[in-house]
Amino acid sequence: MHIGKGEIPPLAPRMHSALGRNDIFVAATTPGRGTLKHTGRERWLSAGLLAPSFALVALFVYGFIAWSGFISLTAWRGMLPDYTFVGLKQYGDLFANARFQRDLLNTGVFTLAFLVGNLFLGLLLAVLLDRRLRGETFFRNLFLFPMAVSFVVTGTIWVWIFNPHSGLNVLFTALGFNTANWKWIIDPHMALYCVVMAAVWQMAGFTMAQYLAGLRGIADDVREAARIDGANEAQIFRHILLPQLWPVTVGAIVILGHISLKIFDLVFVMTGGGPARATDVPGIYMFEATFRGDLYARGAAIGIVMLLMVAVLIVPYLIYSRRMDRS
Amino acid sequence: MRRILFISLVVLVAALFVACTQQPTQPQSASPQSAQATANELTIFSWWTAGGEADGLAELIKLFEAQNPGVKVVNAAVAGGAGTNAKAVLKTRMLGGDPPGTFQVHGGAELIEQWVKSKYMAPITSLFDELGLRDKFPKQLLDLVTYNGQIYAVPSNIHRGNVLWYNKAIFDKQHLTPPKTIDDLLVVCKKLKAAGVTPLSLGSREKWPVTHLFEDLLLAAGGADFYRDLFAGKIAWTDNRVKLALSTLQSLMPYFNDDHAALTWDQATGLVQQGKAAMNVMGDWAKGYFTANHAKPNVDFGAVPTPGTVGFFVVVTDTFGLPAKAPNPKATLAFLKVVASVEGQVNFNLKKGSIPARIDVPTGQFDEIARATMADFAANVLVPSCAHGSAVIESFVTALNDQLSVFIAGGNADETAKALEAAARDAGIRH
Repeated sequence: MHIGKGEIPPLAPRMHSALGRNDIFVAATTPGRGTLKHTGRERWLSAGLLAPSFALVALFVYGFIAWSGFISLTAWRGMLPDYTFVGLKQYGDLFANARFQRDLLNTGVFTLAFLVGNLFLGLLLAVLLDRRLRGETFFRNLFLFPMAVSFVVTGTIWVWIFNPHSGLNVLFTALGFNTANWKWIIDPHMALYCVVMAAVWQMAGFTMAQYLAGLRGIADDVREAARIDGANEAQIFRHILLPQLWPVTVGAIVILGHISLKIFDLVFVMTGGGPARATDVPGIYMFEATFRGDLYARGAAIGIVMLLMVAVLIVPYLIYSRRMDRS
Repeated sequence: MRRILFISLVVLVAALFVACTQQPTQPQSASPQSAQATANELTIFSWWTAGGEADGLAELIKLFEAQNPGVKVVNAAVAGGAGTNAKAVLKTRMLGGDPPGTFQVHGGAELIEQWVKSKYMAPITSLFDELGLRDKFPKQLLDLVTYNGQIYAVPSNIHRGNVLWYNKAIFDKQHLTPPKTIDDLLVVCKKLKAAGVTPLSLGSREKWPVTHLFEDLLLAAGGADFYRDLFAGKIAWTDNRVKLALSTLQSLMPYFNDDHAALTWDQATGLVQQGKAAMNVMGDWAKGYFTANHAKPNVDFGAVPTPGTVGFFVVVTDTFGLPAKAPNPKATLAFLKVVASVEGQVNFNLKKGSIPARIDVPTGQFDEIARATMADFAANVLVPSCAHGSAVIESFVTALNDQLSVFIAGGNADETAKALEAAARDAGIRH
């Protein structure tokens, strides 16, 4: 793949192709360097244009994160602000709290099941669609469509589906199964997985689209070369395609992981955290502590713990992608 | 790139500096304008955005505008979440120093603990004395809006919390009469279950309906004085009467619909209306659900006090008060006068489907169930609802909701009582 300098690459999706990546990268970025001169006026203009959004983000994102961090170190409960500094007491209380311990466990299980479910299903669908079936566009849109629905709508529908008296059990009874003991969402041992299934239903299409783009980005000649060398399809998948899909997987884990670590709306609509804390997550506890119980310092502490959990996931990714950009 | 970042930072700092230095002059230039804008305005804040509630509020506004032609009413109702969204918006406005003219708030702890003790409200005792209102409301109701001898709000309407709704067709078919005591209830449940009917319905997806039932069981276990003292922190949550209420709840659990964790309160009430369950404990707002689905009171469904609570009236009351920093106190007081008037109480409650908080209003226009509720309200012992924020500070209610949701899934009464005592200490109601 050779593209002359200054030309715009014809196929943007090809950018990720392993073979031609560097060529295109250079081609796409070099023209700017040589031709555009930054005059003083332009510099002020761009600074002026950047300043409002910079100010808004600084205040409404980082400013409020700092404020929450500060509040989490105070004793504030009730309507009147109380800035008495109590150090890490709120965090100590939280981690000793049976409900919060359960919330952390639930988040861990939820995130793991959600990631595994999404990556597996997304990859499976992408591989099937990559066979260039007839009606591929139809299926691709079909699987992507749930993403357009809000978690609130998804939750309302799936709580009917998982209600043992109105949903799946009606179907399975009609098929001749004895469903008397299939409790789904009202069973404290099953409820969390029911919520995971609803979440996977919603996001698997997104994962599929990511993988499909990744698969399409792998040049056919690589597969051809492998076939000529005598590799069968399973070997090609295992040793050629899968390793090249690694960046896609990492990206998907980051995007899906931050959704599941912060999950609130879907759980709130489906179970409200029940039965018996079986699906309770930090987001719900934070909402109840802050907006119902007026325990502002505790709510802020839960928020900061959630932020740190997401940071554990995202910061390594940022470092990784920065290193990739440099090299 | 780095230079651009640096320059934008400089611009930002400059902009902030300009904004900060301008701030002191801002109120001077802005205040005459905003005073003008609010002089003839009254903002009424509530979560009454739909159906009978919105219609009732419109009646109050109509009366107010007829008496105060110069004042423009701004209806600042916030929809959603049974008031949860509105309460969050209200907190932002009050803390930010921008209170509405008046706002809907449940009498009792929600008013006193949240707004009065933190000095966000001004007393309106003189309005009560001027209009001679003190004996027009039950004393136990005024206690819910009184702090340190001063009255802080006008109750606009009353809902009853402790009501057992039952399906008449099922009761007739099984030759049963509505239970009056907890023992009666257990006998009726046993018979219904033997006949293959789900005796009780519950929707515990939102946790409060369990607490709503539990407060009636507390009342049944210990009576009104015990109930008040318990929520006032004078009695420990490890008291035997609390454990009795918990074990009653436990013995009722086998008689509920097994999918209660997946249902909301209205879906649970719906089970009784559709004949899929025989009884449901819910506040008298459930009547609206029955009638909206074309069920007739005392024909298709009946209502009696929750077993064990005959003679008690669990009060859920909406009230309106005067914020300490209200922009236009005169207009607010004029509106509170309308809320307190006989005409205001009747017109509002006819539309909303609740009963007047005043006990001297003509009853002729109200339906049969409302008239029976009004008679009970005047004669019964009144206690504030815990599940609806009147009996105790909200941070304890959220902890109680959480503990009960764990308890009904197979918890232990002693351990739950201990956990509730710890929660009461954490919330500061026990020392």
